Amino acid sequence: MIPISYYLILSAVLFGLGVIGFVFKRNIITIFMAIELMLNAVNLAFVAFSREFNQLDGLIFVFFVIVVAAAEAAVGLAIVMVIARNRKSLNVEDVNLMKL
Amino acid sequence: MNIAMLVFIACGVMAIVGALALILAREPVHSALALVLVMISLAILYLLLGAAFIAAIQILVYAGAIMVLFVFVIMLLNAGEEVRTNVSRLAKWVGLPLGTFFLLEMAYSLFREYGSRAVATSGAAAPDPNLTQQLSMKLFTEFVLPFELTSILILIAVLGALVLAKRES
Amino acid sequence: MEFVTHHPVLVVSLIKIAIALFVVMTALAYLTWFERKVVARIQSRWGPYWVGPHGLLQPLADGIKFLFKEDIVPPAADKISYVLAPFLALALALTTLALIPIGPATISILGQPTQLVISHSNVALILLFAISSIGIYAVVLAGWSSNSKYPLMGGLRSSAQMISYEVSLTLSVVGVLLIAGSFDFYDIVDGQSGHWFHFLPKWLIFPQILGFICYLTAAIAETNRVPFDLPEAETELVAGFHTEYSSFKFAMFFMAEYANMITVSCLATLLFLGGWLSPFPETGAWRWQLYLPAAGLIIAGIGLIVGGLRGVQLSAKVVFPVLGIVCLGVGYLCTLPGVMPVIQGPFWFTAKVFFLLFFYVWARGTLPRFRYDQLMSFGWKFLLPLSLINLVITSLVVVLRLR
Repeated sequence: MIPISYYLILSAVLFGLGVIGFVFKRNIITIFMAIELMLNAVNLAFVAFSREFNQLDGLIFVFFVIVVAAAEAAVGLAIVMVIARNRKSLNVEDVNLMKL
Repeated sequence: MNIAMLVFIACGVMAIVGALALILAREPVHSALALVLVMISLAILYLLLGAAFIAAIQILVYAGAIMVLFVFVIMLLNAGEEVRTNVSRLAKWVGLPLGTFFLLEMAYSLFREYGSRAVATSGAAAPDPNLTQQLSMKLFTEFVLPFELTSILILIAVLGALVLAKRES
Repeated sequence: MEFVTHHPVLVVSLIKIAIALFVVMTALAYLTWFERKVVARIQSRWGPYWVGPHGLLQPLADGIKFLFKEDIVPPAADKISYVLAPFLALALALTTLALIPIGPATISILGQPTQLVISHSNVALILLFAISSIGIYAVVLAGWSSNSKYPLMGGLRSSAQMISYEVSLTLSVVGVLLIAGSFDFYDIVDGQSGHWFHFLPKWLIFPQILGFICYLTAAIAETNRVPFDLPEAETELVAGFHTEYSSFKFAMFFMAEYANMITVSCLATLLFLGGWLSPFPETGAWRWQLYLPAAGLIIAGIGLIVGGLRGVQLSAKVVFPVLGIVCLGVGYLCTLPGVMPVIQGPFWFTAKVFFLLFFYVWARGTLPRFRYDQLMSFGWKFLLPLSLINLVITSLVVVLRLR
C-alpha cells in the first residue's frame, strides 16, 4: 500500500517544476503550459486527499479545476494569438508596453 | 514491492521526466507532448487512487481537448525554437541546492506526519463501482450552483475567444 | 511454471492479448481485401483476382511490399514527432480493443476462469472515448512534423474534423447511457436482452434510432472515411497528413485507420445492436438457433468446396476445397457440447460487426466526398444539434417513465 505522503511529494515536485518553468521560460505558450502543469499537480494532491479521507468533495473540486482550466486555456490562447499578431513575436519580453 | 508500488514509481518517474522535458525542451511542440505525457501518467495515478471516472475525464478533457488546442495554436503561430536565456548564476548555484533542501525537509516532515498512519486507504484500492453515481449525486445537489456558474463561465470563455481572435477586416 | 501459478491473472491476460492481437491483425489484413472486392463489385469490376485464388493473398503481397519499400525520411522533418506519430496511431487503435467484450460466457484458460474480454472495467465506455481522443495527436503530429505544405494542411484539417465530430459522437452515446444507467458494456448489453411483443428484440437501435444515425455518421467522420475523407483523398491533398510517409510507417497509418473502423463498429454493436445477443427469442421453441453457427460454417464449407472445384484458376481449385474442409471441421467443433454455449455470443457479435463493416465499405463505394467547409458546417450546425435533441428527448422520456 502506498502512503499518501508519496503522492503529496510527487505533487509538490511537479508544482515546483511548474513554477521553475513559469519563471524561466520566454515563450508565452510554454509559460502557459507551465501553468497547466501547476494545475495538474494540485489536482493530484486533491485526488490523493480525497482518497485519504474517503470524501468525494476532493473529486468534485478536481472536476471544477479541469473545467476552469479549459475555459482559461481558451481565452488565454486567444489573447496569445492577438499578441502574436500585433507584436509579431511570441517572446514574453517583447510584450512590455501597456498599449498594444 | 507489490505491483501497485511498481506502477506508482513508473508513473511518478514518467511524470517527473515529462515535467523536466517541458522545461528543458527547445521546441514548444516537444513541451506540449511532454505535458501530455505528464497528464497521462497522472491519469494512471488517479486510477491507482480509485478515481476511475476522474482519470477518464482527465484524459478526455485535459489531454484530449485542451492540449490539442495548445498544439493547434503552436502550429498555427509557427512558434519557433526557444531562445536560450542566460540563467543567472545565483539561480543555478544557490537556488537549486536550496530548493532541493526545502524539498527534502518537506518530505521528511510529511513522512513523519503521515507515513506511520494506517495507510490501508491509499494504494491499489479497487475502484469504487458507484463512483460516477455518487459523484453525480453530489454534483447536482450540493454543488449545483458552482456547476451552473461554470457553464456560464464556459459560455463567456467561448464568446471571449471568438471576439478576441476575430480579425478586424 | 512457477510464474504461471504465482501470477495466473497476468499470464491469462497475456494469452488473451496474444490471441486478440493475432485475430485483429488478420482481420485488418482481410478487411482491406474485403473492401477492395466489394468496392470493385459496386463499380462493376473484379477487384484483386490474380494474387492467390480470388486475390486472397493480396494483403500478404501488400504487406511484403510495404516492408521492402525504401524508408524515406524528409531531411528537415522533426525526428521525434515524425517517428512517434504512426506508432502512436497504431498503438492507440489497438489499445481500444482491450476494452471490448465479445461474449457473456466465462471460459477457463489454463485452469483460470476468465471472461471473454481483456480488461473488464466499469467505466469502459468513457475510457474508450478517452483513448480514441488521444489519437488526434497522431494525425496532427504527422502533418506538422513532415515540414511540408500538403501534410500540414491535411493534418490540421483532418484533426479539426476529428475534434468536431468527436463532440457529436460522445453526445449521441449519452442517450444509451441514460437508458442503460452504467458505463460498463456488460450492463449495457444485459439491458438489451428480452423481446417486445415476443419477436422484436429490445436492442437500443429501436428507441434510439436518432442516436444511432448520429453515431454512425460521426463515426464515419471520426475515422476519416468516405464521404468525410477529404483530408486524405488523393485527388485533393496528395495524401493528406501521410504524404511524406513511406513503407512501414505508412502501413501503420493504414492499419490504424482500419483498426479504428473495427473498434467503432464493435462499439456500435455493443451500444445499439445488442452486442452478443441473438435476435431470436431464447424460449424453448427457438432452441434450433443454437445450431446456427455450426450450420453457417458447414454451409460455407460446402459452398467453398463446390465453388473451388468448379473454379477456373488452378490455385482456386486447390485452395478453396481445403478451406472448405477446414470450415466443415470448425463447424463440427461448434456442435460439441463444451463449445456450443460459448460460441453463441462471439458468433452473433462477429456477424453484427461484419454487417456494420459491410455498411462502411458500401458507403465508400457509393457516396461522393464532402467539401471541407460543407463537412465542418455539417458537423457543427446539423449533427451537434441533432445529438442534443436526441439527448433532450431521451432524458425527457426516461424521467417521465421513472415517475
